[in-house]
Amino acid sequence: MSQPIRLKDHEKDARLVRNRVVVGAVAIMLLVCVLIARLYYLQVIQYDYHSTLSENNRVHVQPIPPTRGLIFDRNGVIIADNRPSFSLTMTRERAGKWPEVLDAIVEVLGLTADDRALFEKRMKQGRRPFEPVPILFELSEDQIARIAVNQFRLPGVEVAAQLVRHYPQGAHFAHSVGYVGRINEKELKTLDPVNYSGTHHIGKTGVERFYEDALHGQVGYEEVETNARGRVLRVLKRTDPIPGKDIVLGLDIKLQEAAELALGGRRGAIVALDPRSGEVLAMVSQPSFDPNLFVTGIGFQAYADLRDSIDRPLFNRVLRGLYPPGSTIKPAVAIAGLDSGVVTAGSRVFDPGYYQLPNYDHKYRNWNRTGDGWVDLDLAIMRSNDTYFYDLAHKMGIDRLSTYMNKFGLGQRVSLDMFEESSGLMPTRQWKRATRRQAWFPGETLILGIGQGYMQTTPLQMAQATALIASKGKWFRPHLAKTIEGQPPVDENPIEDIVLRDPSDWAKVTHGMEQVMHNARGTARAAATGAQYRIAGKSGTAQVVAIKQGEKYDRNKVQERHRDHALFVGFAPADDPKIVVSVMIENGEAGGRVAAPVMRQIMDAWLLDANGQLKTEFAPATVAQEKAQ
Amino acid sequence: MINNFDRMLSSEDVMRRRASFLQRIHIDGPLLIILLTLAAGSLFVLYSASGKNWDLLSKQATSFGIGLVSMFIIAQLEPRFMARWVPLAYLTGVLLLVVVDVMGHNAMGATRWINIPGVIRFQPSEFMKIIMPATLAWYLSKRTLPPDLKHVAISLVLIGVPFILIVRQPDLGTALLILASGAFVLFMGGLRWRWIISVIAAAVPVAVAMWFFVMHDYQKQRVLTFLDPESDPLGTGWNIIQSKAAIGSGGVFGKGWLLGTQSPLDFLPESHTDFIIAVLGEEFGLVGICMLLIVYLLLIGRGLVITAQAQTLFGKLLAGSLTMTFFVYVFVNIGMVSGLLPVVGVPLPFISYGGTSLVTLLSAFGVLMSIHTHRKWIAQV
Repeated sequence: MSQPIRLKDHEKDARLVRNRVVVGAVAIMLLVCVLIARLYYLQVIQYDYHSTLSENNRVHVQPIPPTRGLIFDRNGVIIADNRPSFSLTMTRERAGKWPEVLDAIVEVLGLTADDRALFEKRMKQGRRPFEPVPILFELSEDQIARIAVNQFRLPGVEVAAQLVRHYPQGAHFAHSVGYVGRINEKELKTLDPVNYSGTHHIGKTGVERFYEDALHGQVGYEEVETNARGRVLRVLKRTDPIPGKDIVLGLDIKLQEAAELALGGRRGAIVALDPRSGEVLAMVSQPSFDPNLFVTGIGFQAYADLRDSIDRPLFNRVLRGLYPPGSTIKPAVAIAGLDSGVVTAGSRVFDPGYYQLPNYDHKYRNWNRTGDGWVDLDLAIMRSNDTYFYDLAHKMGIDRLSTYMNKFGLGQRVSLDMFEESSGLMPTRQWKRATRRQAWFPGETLILGIGQGYMQTTPLQMAQATALIASKGKWFRPHLAKTIEGQPPVDENPIEDIVLRDPSDWAKVTHGMEQVMHNARGTARAAATGAQYRIAGKSGTAQVVAIKQGEKYDRNKVQERHRDHALFVGFAPADDPKIVVSVMIENGEAGGRVAAPVMRQIMDAWLLDANGQLKTEFAPATVAQEKAQ
Repeated sequence: MINNFDRMLSSEDVMRRRASFLQRIHIDGPLLIILLTLAAGSLFVLYSASGKNWDLLSKQATSFGIGLVSMFIIAQLEPRFMARWVPLAYLTGVLLLVVVDVMGHNAMGATRWINIPGVIRFQPSEFMKIIMPATLAWYLSKRTLPPDLKHVAISLVLIGVPFILIVRQPDLGTALLILASGAFVLFMGGLRWRWIISVIAAAVPVAVAMWFFVMHDYQKQRVLTFLDPESDPLGTGWNIIQSKAAIGSGGVFGKGWLLGTQSPLDFLPESHTDFIIAVLGEEFGLVGICMLLIVYLLLIGRGLVITAQAQTLFGKLLAGSLTMTFFVYVFVNIGMVSGLLPVVGVPLPFISYGGTSLVTLLSAFGVLMSIHTHRKWIAQV
């Protein structure tokens, strides 16, 4: 039955809607269950994860770098301290497009493209996220003002105050104390990331490097609550850093200055030791440089100038300069000869001006071509007679000679606390076989007897070898630090003292060395003129260029840089040594004439008071007692 | 039919006995209580989420007052009166959307506002949230149910015009909600299941087409971020990571009121508007969110009861659509903040800060009250 007019069936419509309401209600209930399941997942199952995330958001641990320990000379004069300095830092995460911000900094401060390259390099060394990376140091007032005015253009850029290492004595201690510099990527890999988390600088050389652990201290930290923009709202917990330990050095700034003055502008090295303790009293390597340049990063050009200079100011001649010891080794060789019994104080050798091995044509020359005639030990040392020592060395042989020289510290690192000391070279048969694939020739032993040949020593080793004669064989490793936070440094690997079969041999050699200074025929008699005290010394000359057989050294034919190095070692007062000095003057030619006066000046500076009299504490015991009475 | 009449009479007896002051001023008691509960809860959570900002709180309270007045006025209007004026309101709304569209292009940027300084400032799209379902309810109530293909097509045009205009503002979130409100009218009107299923099946290619031709970059970015928030943890993924961290760190019982950390330390963006549920979740935990969901369910349940009890088809369709759309608000907002859905700008109804949405929502509930309190036997009381 068709219905032409379709009437609205309200009951049907109502039923239809009611059905849909039920469907809708069921759908709503299902979807609410989905929501609750999701919330259950987040709030119950993942609770720990989100809780940690939320807490990490809120709480940041900020490292507080410890204050680096100070370095003093033996009298309490500051050699290294920390000064507040303003540096420019940038936080990469807050800077947005940081290369553009770098451009803006360069523009605002009127810097160059070189500076920008340096900034970029430093930015790339940034470590943790949200860490402000210092890119420019020692801002001037003007620069700080410019940054402040342009702050709106420089997101993530801040001026931060921090303590920066400063060396008020400048170049005086660049080679002994060294310097700190920015931590580089290589160092970063080996450093304790926690302890260095707030530190930007690390000791690079010298005392700063060797005592890095003591000087650095222990990092502190504070837990701070930060907001999403990294602003610190409050400190929740703070653990103070433990500052680095202060170090008092054995160095004496007045002696250091006197030594530099004595050396004049010449290239060379000087070490002064106290033979009773091994403390280094002065350590000069000239030319030197200003360590402050390296603290905040040296410019490319300034560094290139230092590195490429023919005078090699960055080269530490005291620790790394290798020179044949020349005649300065003779006192030690003499001890070896006496102790091994190949010579006695009275045994004599005839010197015709040269020495010849049996069955060899080669003539080993004495420096004095005319010869000194019959020579005993005293005379051999006093006149630095080569023939006597050729004979001695030949009789000893390389094995015994090498063993004795090792006891004097040659061929090994002698210092207790010096960074990158060279061990030098004291050759042996085994060494030659291993490196040259050749047998040892007797002639090579002869020239070792006068400190030539393969032998290479540092000025420090020569000072130590001489100190051993002064201390009669008692070993104290030379060391720069007198105390670290009041504690003297401990030698954990002490070297055995030299014990002679006849201890009076020390006095015999010392007597010969005194003759060098005080005898009318001594090679350095001029340097001891008018001395208030007895000096024991020995001159030496280190060849830079080998001289052919039969050729005579003619200074006029040799270029200045090819002239011999002048060496001198000595100690004073000879009967109760308080100071040992080793002097090396590059291309200085004559040890006795050039280097000995330098040594004398240093000894005077150390032993004499303002009136030119021997200081009471250094005066011989008998004299002091007389004065006391 | 007679049985049914008896039942209606008997319920009328109940009504008569309860015919009270509230009913005479056309206010539905249960709805009012639930709404006031939500308002109180909103101020409570907002105080913490806004960082103890009394200014903001008083503004929200004022908006709530304005919304209640608006609700009260709308509740006085008879549904039949509404139905009569709905077509005109719809045309006005579309016209205003066109104006906004033109103005937006002139201003070389997006705008959602009609702003006559000193006179009025409002979003026509908010207005459409009520007009859209009312228009469709008016249209379908005059047709035979379930609607046939022609009527469905006309309905889709009625939905489509304002939808496209709002998408162009661009405001995808609001546009989708308006689309949903219209679609729910069709659903309540008994849209055939096979059509519903085919539309859902067709949604996939449409979504792909939208991706390439309609959506703006920032909208695409939101979707991408939703799929993998960790891909850009400091950029667009930040919101979701931080809101999840806020909710998740609340645990079962929460950190306690005013003891949350994510919002006061600014890690949680939009913490007092769209992301306020994260503050609630952090400070009151799973228990707090469940309690809020229960209040919402009570509100929706009352809405569905009103739908079922409505006497006119217009009333049924409109009440049903408004109630279902309300749930969509809740679901989309919580789903978005908890990382279930992509980030679309949908506030949490009644809790989020924002006067416009509050007034619109309360107006919608005014419509529900009108539908419920203007039933014939009540009028005779």
